[in-house]
Order: sequence, then structure tokens, then C-alpha cells
Amino acid sequence: MRIAWWKIASIILLCYAVVGGLLLPVPALSQLGETIRNLYFHVCMWFAMMILFTISIIHSIKYLNRSDLRHDIKAKSYAAVGTYMGLLGYSTGAIWASFTWADPNNPAYASFGSIMREPKLIGAAMALLIYGAYFILRNSIKDMDQRARVSAVYNVFAYTMLFPSIWIIPRLLPSLHPGQEGNPALNFNDIDARMRMVFYPAVLGWTLLGAWITTLKIRIELIQEKKILSNEK
Amino acid sequence: MHPYKQFSALLKKEILLELRQKHALYGMMLYIASTIFVLYLTLGDAEAETWNALFWITQLFICINAVAKSFLQEAKGRMLYHFSITTPSAFILSKIVYNVLLMGIMNVINLILYTAFLGDPTTSFLAFVGISLLGSIGLSLVFTMLAAIASKAMQQASLMAILGFPIIIPQLMLLVRLSKTAFSEIFRDGAPLQVIFLLLALDLSVILLAVILYPFLWKD
Repeated sequence: MRIAWWKIASIILLCYAVVGGLLLPVPALSQLGETIRNLYFHVCMWFAMMILFTISIIHSIKYLNRSDLRHDIKAKSYAAVGTYMGLLGYSTGAIWASFTWADPNNPAYASFGSIMREPKLIGAAMALLIYGAYFILRNSIKDMDQRARVSAVYNVFAYTMLFPSIWIIPRLLPSLHPGQEGNPALNFNDIDARMRMVFYPAVLGWTLLGAWITTLKIRIELIQEKKILSNEK
Repeated sequence: MHPYKQFSALLKKEILLELRQKHALYGMMLYIASTIFVLYLTLGDAEAETWNALFWITQLFICINAVAKSFLQEAKGRMLYHFSITTPSAFILSKIVYNVLLMGIMNVINLILYTAFLGDPTTSFLAFVGISLLGSIGLSLVFTMLAAIASKAMQQASLMAILGFPIIIPQLMLLVRLSKTAFSEIFRDGAPLQVIFLLLALDLSVILLAVILYPFLWKD
């Protein structure tokens, strides 16, 4: 068993985030109430997703530079786990929104249309759609090297196009989501000092957990592809 | 050969090919006409907002269809020939410029037919023409790059839509928003200009990315 210090750190940080997140004091806001504790889970998922996608694109660039299939496997695995984190971010957000945004007289399905128009949700949906398309693209190319190259190109292209959009769309549309002026949670004044004590460790913990899952996936895949990879070098 | 000469020769080749195989061009025009006719029959009387949204959706689908064939028609042997005599940046730039020109023409046809069938709710039609041309440039740039990517895979046409839609969303939103200036919606001073600059900056970044990334798609 390979255990590194950062894996232990991830476990400790997540234990702290879960226990501290549920027990430590939070500011009492009338709208949010105790649901504010979801911040330690919901926002962290998005942070983890974006960080994992960034690692994925770095591996894609490395692949384009060196044509080493290991980088392609890494890029794919980071994108996959990032997408998973994004889906978790959506579900935690949906639970949160159903307590705070959704009209209590309306069933959740009826208010879906108005909630989905949220700029942050659009940005997140775009990211998930892009990586969904990335996997479809991968599956529709048979040749391994070509698949790796073409999907790396799409990864770089889509990711660079995603960034200006995440910056543009929030400034185009009205929003209920916190962090109206641009990107939430990156602004230091957004979060109460007490919450920051748990929030930043939680972000780190979830990201490390995502990276951990990814390294396991990569190891499995490297073993599966051993034959091809050993032929290469 | 000098890269600029390569570029102009390639562009000339694209235009000549298009003029010799006119069926593809007429096919595109018929596609526009039938799309708009279907809209006309199903929609009846459209409000300005619906009119605007549908215009951009037709524009999007026309672009996908017009641009998709630019790489699909390149046979493997011909690509190999290009590979041996030109540089990738000259090749992709010629494709880009050609697609922008093609989409510009299709845009004009779309505008004429669209206003003929569905009326013209704009207050300043000239501004709308300008915005639609700006939009068609952006659309054709993005989809040229995506056609290059999709041409390496199976089921290219549907794949292009999947790959392209999430990427094109912000541009479409900016365009729909910007075209409201042509519907006499009042904007904050300088806001339309800001959007135009944003769109141009996006276009520029797509061209840059295409020139940087295409060499990797190019070698097979």
C-alpha cells in the first residue's frame, strides 16, 4: 500500500471539515439558517472540479509536447474525476437551492426552469457539457495515438474557451447566487472569518481526495495498458 | 513558397472548388430556405424576442452545416498532399478565411429570407445586419476549429454539434444581448461597444488557438 503524507492530510482535513463543519459556530443568517454549512461541501466540489480540470489540461499540453500515452491516461482520469466532482457539486447545490431559492408552493420540477438560468449554473453546465463531449470524442476515435492527440487538442481548446465565458456570463445576467460581482468564494470578504477556518481546509481536503481517487484510477489504467506502454519505450 | 502565397493559393483553391461543385452551395441555400419556411409555418406571428432568438438558432445551424463540409470533403490522399506542400498555419488560416466568407454570404441570404418570411421587428435594421455579420464571423471561426477536430472522429456531423454547443453558448448569449440594441432597447453608455470588443477579443483568441493547436491535428 502506498500511503503518502498528502493522503493522510486529506483524511485529517476531511474529518476536520465534516466534524468542524457541522459543529463549529456559523453566522446566523435568516435566509440560510443552518444550511450555510453546505458551503463546506458544495463550494468545495466546484473548487475541486476546477482544480482537477486544470491538472487534466496540463497533462493534455504535456501529451502534445511529448506524445507520451501516460499523459493522455492522466488527462483522461483527471477529467473523469473532475466531472464526477462537478456532478456532486450540482447535487449538493440542488439540495441547497431547494431549501433557499425554490418557491415552497411550487414543486422542485416547476421551478427548475427559473433556477437553471443562474449564471453560475450555466457556467457549471458548460463545463460539464464540455467534458461530456470530451468523453464522447474519445470514444469515437479508434486509433489510440490519434485519440490521445485529438482529445488533447479539444481539451486545450475547450478549456481556454471556457474561462472567458465563466468570466463573461455572470456579468451579463442577474443572479440570486452569492458573489454577484463575478466569481463567488474567491473574494476574501465574502466569507465570515469563522467559516474560513473550516472552508479552506475543506477545499484542500476535497481536492486532495479527488486527486487520490484519480491516482488510483491512473494506476489501474496503467496496469491495463501495460503492454502498449512497454512497447512504446 | 512564402507562407502568404501558400495561404492565398489555398484560399483560391477553396473558392474554385466551391464554384465548381455548385450543388453544395445550392444545397446550403435550400437548407436555409426550408428551415425558414418551416419556422414561418410553425411560428406564425413572432414577437421581437422570439424573432431574435430564432434568428440566432438558425444562424447556428446554418454555420454547423456550412462549415462541417470544409474538412469532411478533404479526402485522405489530398490531406497528405497538402501536408507535403504547405504549412499547417497557412492551411488552417485559409480554411478560416474561406469559412468566414462563406458564412458571410449565407448570413446575408438568411437575413433576406428571414425578414421576408417572418417580418422585420427591428428599429434599426442596419445595426442588426452589422451585428449578424459580426456573429457569423465568430460562429464560423469556432466551428472551423471544431470541424478540424471532428473530422478525425466517426459520426462527424453530430459530433460537431456536441463539441460546439457548450463552447458557443457565451458568444451566442453576447450576440443575442447585443442585437437587442437593434430593437431600440436602451443600453448603458458604452455597453454595446464593450460587448463588441469582447466578441472581437474572443474571435482573436480562437484564431490564435487554431494556429497553435492545428499543427497537432495535422500530422497523422
